[in-house]
Amino acid sequence: MSATRPEIAAPEAALELHISPRAQTAPPLGQPARREVLLARLSRVKWGVVALGVMLLIAASAVLAPWIAPHNPLAVDIRNRLAPPSWMEGGSARHPLGTDQIGRDLLSRVIYGGRVSLLIGVTAVGISATIGVLLGLGAGYFGGSLDAVITTLVNVMLSFPFVLLALAVVAVLGASLINMIAVLGVAGWPIYTRVIRAETLAIREREFVTAGRALGMSHRRIVFRQILPNLGSVIVVIATLQVAQVIILESFLSFLGLGIQPPTPAWGNMLGEGRVYMLNSWWIAAFPGLAIFITTLTINLIGNGLRDWLDPHLTL
Amino acid sequence: MKRYVLRQLLQLVVVVIGISMLSFAILHVLGDPVLLLLPQNAGQEEFERYRTLLGLDRPLPVQYWRFASRAVQGDFGRSWYADTPAFRLVLERMSPTIYLTLAGLGVGLLIALPLGILAALKRHSPADTLCTILAVAGQAMPIFWLGIMLIIVFAVWLRVLPASGYGTWQHFIMPAVTLGAFLAPITMRLVRSGVVEVMTREYITTARAKGLAERLVVAKHAFRNACIPVITVLGLQFGQLLGGAIVTETVFAWPGVATLTVESIRNQDFPVVQCAVVLLATLIVVVNLIIDLIVGLIDPRIRVGA
Repeated sequence: MSATRPEIAAPEAALELHISPRAQTAPPLGQPARREVLLARLSRVKWGVVALGVMLLIAASAVLAPWIAPHNPLAVDIRNRLAPPSWMEGGSARHPLGTDQIGRDLLSRVIYGGRVSLLIGVTAVGISATIGVLLGLGAGYFGGSLDAVITTLVNVMLSFPFVLLALAVVAVLGASLINMIAVLGVAGWPIYTRVIRAETLAIREREFVTAGRALGMSHRRIVFRQILPNLGSVIVVIATLQVAQVIILESFLSFLGLGIQPPTPAWGNMLGEGRVYMLNSWWIAAFPGLAIFITTLTINLIGNGLRDWLDPHLTL
Repeated sequence: MKRYVLRQLLQLVVVVIGISMLSFAILHVLGDPVLLLLPQNAGQEEFERYRTLLGLDRPLPVQYWRFASRAVQGDFGRSWYADTPAFRLVLERMSPTIYLTLAGLGVGLLIALPLGILAALKRHSPADTLCTILAVAGQAMPIFWLGIMLIIVFAVWLRVLPASGYGTWQHFIMPAVTLGAFLAPITMRLVRSGVVEVMTREYITTARAKGLAERLVVAKHAFRNACIPVITVLGLQFGQLLGGAIVTETVFAWPGVATLTVESIRNQDFPVVQCAVVLLATLIVVVNLIIDLIVGLIDPRIRVGA
């Protein structure tokens, strides 16, 4: 929000994401921690690979839900309501994670719930990355009044808590799957714009861009063929980490009853319904939340691994 | 310094105007207030009558001007639900939100500062690894779930803390911890990279060469310089912190602005939603301004260099 913000903002974004090759200089030679730094990075990449495996499992279970879920997620069995998980007293192997307030199988609902979260996460991030990258390229490459307008817009959007914006829009548009994707997709772009703008500003000054200009390349060709390919890894890293943020936000809106509407199983609305029963039946709220936590943790680990793998300049 | 302050103030005005346009656009461009206000089976004539009554048949810029000029005087219209001024309703709920935010900030810093400094000084040690694991796990944690788990453990099972509500200091513990857990991971990472960066600077080498005790090097030279990026980022994080407070409030039925906003959304009470959005966003911008001024005050490079 200040004139200095772009200058402060760039290193801040880099700090936050640890992806700026320029803002942090390589440690001086003979730095004792050099070897440990490499080892630490290697171990994070290793964790990223493990997380990728877990993520594939989660994604597969969401896609294959109709075949692997033990029960229909919507099948009501009122005699078996509030059954505890199988390892607790009174639990049965029929319902490994227990049942909810109207006897629906919790494990099946958790498996199905992943579909909504992953679908929204990926599509919303696709939309916001596209908008954000285009605006960031425009602002960074052309500068001038276009840059001023976009930077102000970014600052306005970033001073707004994402949650508040999403709440306000959902309040007007009403809650539905398409609206959720639209809201989360359109509201999420400023983070990309901010980082891409800063990166573009730096790349614009590099020799190969000057050479391209001298060869008579059009602006479009320079931006999309010369500059954009250099930003691929930054975009992939931010987008990956944003998927986790979008999933948390989507769950929160559904938790409040302003997102995916019951009876469609989504982790957020299951958590919201389970809250009512937490006095006696903690599992209804606990397992959907655990699913959100494991998924976002996995995605974050993949994002961190990607960052270390794609950006060899990084020091940490 | 005067020019710096003036420029910041100008920026503030621009951003506040932007926010008011955004919240105006959400109601008037994305949606239709009359559709939200009237029952669905109201006749066409009713819609037209209300549209004229509320001035919604005028051009959008005219409507925005009317909205903005009233909003500046604290008039956001009357609540459609409670029939009291929206501004008063929101203002009444502001102080619990601010107390919660401050408490969360306190808890967050209490966790993040010591751990961040420890991790930076003992880089790549087991302690650092542990801090990193905590931070990664903390960032992935949906705090509304954390809040509910805290309620189940401490209010339902152990019965040591109240599950929700507002009033005594016990009511503050779980919400503050929840919000602190939201703020701590990112702040800890920033403190860590701030201190790591500063420790490689030449003045640290100089301080050590003077024979200064390591404790003093860290406390006097490293920490103070590492504070600048941390304060700047905390300012930028304030919006996120308030976002976290919104989430926390709804979990613990905290009587703040966020709970009011969610209630108002359920009641389709849009003047209150609009007022809450504008006031919260303005609060964030003002806090950011104050932080910018503080940073400008303690770091002359910023106010001169900009």
